[in-house]
Amino acid sequence: MKIVVCMKQSIDSEAVLAFDDAGNVAKEGQTLVIDPYSEFAVEKAVQLKESVGAEVVALCIGAADAVSAIRHALAMGADSAVFVEDAVLADGDPAAKAAALAEELRGMGADLIMGGCKSSDTAHAQVMPRIAGILGIPHVNTVVELDVEEGVAHAVREVDDGKVSIDVELPAVICAQQGLAEPRYPTVRDIMQSKRKPIETRPAAAVEASAAMQVLETNPKPKRAGGKIVEGETVSEAVANAVRMLKDEAKAF
Amino acid sequence: MADIWVYAEVKDKKLRHVTFEMVSAARALADAAGHDVVAILGETGVEDMQELAAYGADSIVVLADAVDPYETQAAAALLADLAFEHKPAIAMFSHSSFGMDVAPCMAQALGAVYVPEVVAVEAQRSAVVREAYSGKVLETVSVAEGSAPAIVTVRPKAIEAVAVREGASAPEISWAPAGSQAVRQIVKDVARKVSGRVDLTEADRVVAGGRGVGGAEGFKVIEELADVLGAAVGASRPVVDEGWLDIQYQIGQTGKAIAPELYIACGISGSIQHMAGAAASKCIVAINRDPEAEIFKVADYGIVADLFEAVPLLTEELKAALEA
Repeated sequence: MKIVVCMKQSIDSEAVLAFDDAGNVAKEGQTLVIDPYSEFAVEKAVQLKESVGAEVVALCIGAADAVSAIRHALAMGADSAVFVEDAVLADGDPAAKAAALAEELRGMGADLIMGGCKSSDTAHAQVMPRIAGILGIPHVNTVVELDVEEGVAHAVREVDDGKVSIDVELPAVICAQQGLAEPRYPTVRDIMQSKRKPIETRPAAAVEASAAMQVLETNPKPKRAGGKIVEGETVSEAVANAVRMLKDEAKAF
Repeated sequence: MADIWVYAEVKDKKLRHVTFEMVSAARALADAAGHDVVAILGETGVEDMQELAAYGADSIVVLADAVDPYETQAAAALLADLAFEHKPAIAMFSHSSFGMDVAPCMAQALGAVYVPEVVAVEAQRSAVVREAYSGKVLETVSVAEGSAPAIVTVRPKAIEAVAVREGASAPEISWAPAGSQAVRQIVKDVARKVSGRVDLTEADRVVAGGRGVGGAEGFKVIEELADVLGAAVGASRPVVDEGWLDIQYQIGQTGKAIAPELYIACGISGSIQHMAGAAASKCIVAINRDPEAEIFKVADYGIVADLFEAVPLLTEELKAALEA
């Protein structure tokens, strides 16, 4: 079985954001990490490799510095990587990114295509289902459990009121949600070994994508005002004061 | 002139409130651009559907063959076919587990843009606003009429539902789409976790626990407080990672976005990822032992105390205050 994991590098969620002159989020000087949702997908792929046997390939569109995220996936246990180096595409429209990834995937012969159900930074939440649509293969979104046997993926999808078990024939696209697998911390040995694993770098194929999202403005969201600590001699008194404030000041009930 | 579609979110044959919020958003966009608002129901027998007219729906379409909310791939194919035929300018879904899967699939089938989890509309510019970067950034995106419809999902409780046409009624139309699409997903089982409580995303009051609750057992005090308030129960990520509660209770970037009038966070540190889903709460009360916890910087009222001491006291005080 061949598993290709689509992964991206993103700005660490903890980062304090800066904006460039054009008003876009500036990546410069930020801590860049493998996206946590990509990481769930990589981990599950490596677990499948360990349990049922598979070749795991990481596929990433990114700027030159995305190599560190790719190396992380290799250290986690992916066997090799394909790196589509294209900074513009990496930060660009999700439909174009899906089209470029699908084009790469056509020649890769993957049985299972995995990736995050969204990313922690841009959160467009659409690249993986779009890939399934372009390739004309099934997908399952927000997957929290996954087994593969005899050409079928048994996936469990998280829904608002519970869980749904869905079977899809391979090849298929699986969109990882938190809970699918707890990412491992690579050991020093894993990291050393990952340096010998091959990364094939190539330019993005010229593909036509559908309509692109037209972003008119990007603005920092105003922060919540808060920070009042309710005092009291005892916990009981603090709680009583808080309830009085909730009633009289906040008119919360 | 084209239509703006609002796909109704229905639970137990009743419209969920987010549907009215979407119709209000669609009405504003429609008035500015000269469109009509068409509410689409995926099932028959929805009792309160004429109420959609009061919020601004010009017509109500009922699909003759019910759409199974768990068969998202089939639903996306069917709705894409209908969109090819009727050419709406915008198709709007709730950012529910149904909408967040159907919308991108439909967008790809139509060669359309998909704008996820919209929190506001800017009708004059034919634009919608969404959050990105863990709720740190607001992005304004055009949904002006183009060659393909713009597909959007709307975050529940973000947009105010306004009955702008009190007492109005709208014609009901039945569509019987041809089911020609190949079914690629085989749904084997649906395990519904039915809770007697109000849904997290629609709740006016939410009580949540974090790592400080210490275990599934510890949620008893959280439940008791929620009972008194008629609140939904939620959790932060460590609770879900530890397996104390299921992921559908998770509030935050990965889980649900909430916007209650009152949010009581117990034993929750208040990470950026958690606040990405909770920052829209009108009033936040935080209870935490650690005076340095991040949550105190954003809470309207912070109580520095052990939650197992403070929460039962709060339950008693609130019970008395609500009965008064």
